[in-house]
Amino acid sequence: MPAGAAAVPAVPVTPARPHGNAAGHGGARRGRRGPRVSFPRWAPVTLRGQLKGKDIDYERKGDLYKDIVTFLRGRSPRFIENMAKQEYSMSKEPAHKKNYQHVEGAEISGQSQSHHNLTEKTECEKGKSSSAGPTGHSVKPYMKWKSSGLSASQGSDKFPKKGSEERKSRTVSLTTKKKASGKSKSVKIQEASKGKASVSFEDVSESSSETDEDEQPVRRQEGSTDLSAEYWGIQKLAKYVKGGDPTATLIALCSMRDFNLSEETCQLAIKDTGCLEVLINLLDTEEIKCQTGSLKILKEISQNMLIRHAIADLGGLEIMVKILDSPDTDLKCLAAETIANVAKFKRARKTVRKHGGIKRLVELLESISMGSSYQAKDTETVRCAALALWSCSKSTKNKKAIRKAGGIPLLARWLKCAHANILIPIVGTLQECASEPSYRLAIRTEGMIESLVKNLSSEHEELQRHCASAIFKCAEDEEIRDLVRKHEGLQPLSALLDKSENKQLLAAVTGAIWKCAISRENVLKFQEYKTVETLVTLLTDQPEEVLINVIGALGECCQEEENRGTIRRSGGIAPMVNLLTATNPALLVNVNKAVGGCAMEPENMAIIDSLDGVRLLWSLLKNPNPDVQASAAWALCPCIENAKNSGEMVRSFVGGLELIVNLLKSNDKEVLTSVCAAIANIAKDEENLAVMTDHGVVPLLSKLANTNNNKLRRHLAEAIAHCCMWGSNRVAFGDTKAVAPLARYLKAKDPLVHRATALALYQLSEDPNNCVIMHENGVVKLLLAMVGSTDDILQEAAAGCIANIRRLALATEKAKYG
Amino acid sequence: MRVNTRSLFCPCVCLCPTRPCGPAAPPGRGRPPALPRQRRQERLPAAMSRKGRKLVVDSLTRSAKHFTKSEVECLVKLFDTLVAKASSQFAGAGFDRTVFRDTLYNAFGMTDDAVLDRVFSTFDKDNTGCITVEEWVEGLAVLLRGTLEEKMKYCFAIYDLNGDGYISKEEMFQMLKHSLLIQPADEEPDEGVKDLVEIALKKMDYDHDGKLSFTDFEKAVRDENLLLEAFGPCLPDIKSSMSFEQKIFRETPK
Repeated sequence: MPAGAAAVPAVPVTPARPHGNAAGHGGARRGRRGPRVSFPRWAPVTLRGQLKGKDIDYERKGDLYKDIVTFLRGRSPRFIENMAKQEYSMSKEPAHKKNYQHVEGAEISGQSQSHHNLTEKTECEKGKSSSAGPTGHSVKPYMKWKSSGLSASQGSDKFPKKGSEERKSRTVSLTTKKKASGKSKSVKIQEASKGKASVSFEDVSESSSETDEDEQPVRRQEGSTDLSAEYWGIQKLAKYVKGGDPTATLIALCSMRDFNLSEETCQLAIKDTGCLEVLINLLDTEEIKCQTGSLKILKEISQNMLIRHAIADLGGLEIMVKILDSPDTDLKCLAAETIANVAKFKRARKTVRKHGGIKRLVELLESISMGSSYQAKDTETVRCAALALWSCSKSTKNKKAIRKAGGIPLLARWLKCAHANILIPIVGTLQECASEPSYRLAIRTEGMIESLVKNLSSEHEELQRHCASAIFKCAEDEEIRDLVRKHEGLQPLSALLDKSENKQLLAAVTGAIWKCAISRENVLKFQEYKTVETLVTLLTDQPEEVLINVIGALGECCQEEENRGTIRRSGGIAPMVNLLTATNPALLVNVNKAVGGCAMEPENMAIIDSLDGVRLLWSLLKNPNPDVQASAAWALCPCIENAKNSGEMVRSFVGGLELIVNLLKSNDKEVLTSVCAAIANIAKDEENLAVMTDHGVVPLLSKLANTNNNKLRRHLAEAIAHCCMWGSNRVAFGDTKAVAPLARYLKAKDPLVHRATALALYQLSEDPNNCVIMHENGVVKLLLAMVGSTDDILQEAAAGCIANIRRLALATEKAKYG
Repeated sequence: MRVNTRSLFCPCVCLCPTRPCGPAAPPGRGRPPALPRQRRQERLPAAMSRKGRKLVVDSLTRSAKHFTKSEVECLVKLFDTLVAKASSQFAGAGFDRTVFRDTLYNAFGMTDDAVLDRVFSTFDKDNTGCITVEEWVEGLAVLLRGTLEEKMKYCFAIYDLNGDGYISKEEMFQMLKHSLLIQPADEEPDEGVKDLVEIALKKMDYDHDGKLSFTDFEKAVRDENLLLEAFGPCLPDIKSSMSFEQKIFRETPK
């Protein structure tokens, strides 16, 4: 491939290049036919990445200048000067260029991963979807494609390992997002990863502690050849930052802030000009003004993920932590805020902790007393310190560190203040930490629930969201659920359901409602506020994280009989059953529970049956997740109980009985328990029991008999009791040694276990051999005591069992002496 | 006495090569004849008479709003010590540039002679070449406790070398000319400084007249506080001012 020559013809071509759509296609077409003139322009860095590993050194010169501007810039300083004056006309072009490169890049990634013929458009489309194909495949004329794959994994020198890992996710995000237009590629990547982080952040049902850590630096693909006007401006200033005394440095730093530092071009320009190192070195000086100036810039550019990682790599965090001790308030604030920005990934948080940053940040909260006279400067300090703590609090160890540093009472103190900009990070920190039991205890005992409830009615949605998600996490504890009710927090929570357009808020609020609904009194309150009706309307067209919570809440509300009717009347059953086809395990567990709850009412059951809900539930027994299996089995119990012709229905599921019997081989206690309960219900139908017996339900149940888990014991005994009804199953239970362990269940403390066991023993006692075993295991004395129970069923079963044993004894005596 | 003053004054001025038109010019303008008389009156309190000092402290407490009475007392005490240390050309009424410089150098670590001279002349409001007790306390009030407003005025006065109300390009050049440590080898030595002046001007010259008026300066500083000392440090940094306050104000616990 004559790429050595490619650069030279490329130079005259570029300035005339039209921008807009046509140019993009043109470039792509040329690229596909064979890398020629446009080659270096579309994938400049890429090429370099490839060159490293390849024996085509003659190309090296070729990619140095992508267009005439770059060429001249590289050669003539005077040209640079003149260009700097004409920045405006120039700066627009690169934006277009980048856009197209992005689109190209997306295709490249997809294609490189599959072995498709790259000339065919349709093939390319396929390639995009199959991201799992092996990499490293190279078709000679299309080295361009391959090399982009290479550059993605090799591009970053600093993170060689992470790079390859990141590449996968980036490829995916790019291929899916590539149609979106406008910004440069790396911005998109950042957005994608941000989105990811925020999703996990919102996934409040579990602690976000370790879930947002995956952010990894991504190397953008534009090369140093594609330099913007900002780059030159910043480079010029960087010269004075580097080579000046504090005064000159200060002027340059202040000037640098005139660039739009929230733009990625500028952020990366600062990094690429080596200015970042200088900025961090400046922090380590005694010059407060330079430190301040530098931090003001770092604060802005640390919004960028690459910069964050670079700052951490250059040891910036350690110095910033040290600055937290500075006597200068502004400086401390800036340092705290920058730490808040940088500590968005695990390693950075660890660094902050290891260098005593948590302690210092907590001290910052402490240093300001919340009198009536505190000033703007003080609130700023608190805000920044809280922001930094918030970022840090995403790591479990940091939560502990905050607690050890005495942060909890301070969080409680500031929770009472009135400034939303302080409250947001404070509540944010609290809701992060609420995943720890010690914090939940503190939240309860320090009276923070009251403030949290109060702020639910704030006008800031972000604050409302954090309050709701703090309640969501805390309401795992019963006392907190009661406190929320006592402080009248249920009403604002219900009211917030109307803000259904803010999905993050909605997820947090529905989560809080779900957890609060675990307490019965709260459910009654929710009935008052007509929350159930509102929740039903949220069953459709919501993101998964909202659905999980909504259906979870409905599942809890279902435990109240009145609500089952309410759900049916407001048309909630159909969408609920539809959700049985979802894939998210967390969602499925909640849907199963809710459907099971609804099925407790025969009228609901009829609807579920007509929607084929039982079959869907039954198929979920095949789900690999044990939680889903267990919840599905639990939900089947009321279904079988309440469906008309349930025996017929169960038989109609091909292979269904075999499936459920085989689940008795599971290792999960909850699955075993739930399946036992389901089998007990299924076995009420004789024909089904016969089928299950054929599938070997008896030995499988007997095998489980030696357990100490009372819940399992209870349902197992029930299942055995029902399974005795067929053929020689009683004898078979005796043969498989189920009787002796069962006899021991009578010594358990749980009365429900007693009842189920007595029933099972009564059934088993119909077989004389079993009676002998029971007698040997001393059941008579225990059963005699239970005859005196107030529980009729237990009483009757115990008496029946004793009668059977007695009858056998009499018969034996008669045979012996009579 | 006048002659004495001058003879001590002049060498100092000559030591500052950067500033040909400093406070050396004002003394030449001639002082109003009434001044020495006033000095003599003020000299009494300064000369450690207990009652007189109390009077000065009282009046200064009233005028200098940033200090409490005990703090003023401490500053006056320090002033007395400095006067005693200085030779008595001013007959105990104040101290001269050398003592001033040494004091500021020791207290705040300010080393730049050019800047220190400018600081001296802003302290020395009546251009006598001698810092009186009022000038001392009022000057320190700005340095240690000044509001942004006061500090802006103070800094602008320092940077406005010729006192014409504008910081011109030439003045900036004067102040920045030693601030580049690394000169690019291929460029003219002054090129970098000129460039830096342009950068500063671009940043601060809001009315685009090629020089900084106080309005420009004020606007720039309000926008970015760091620009307060844009052309060289002339305020003590927080650490040294804190340790100075600690040292001076704690010495007299009464």
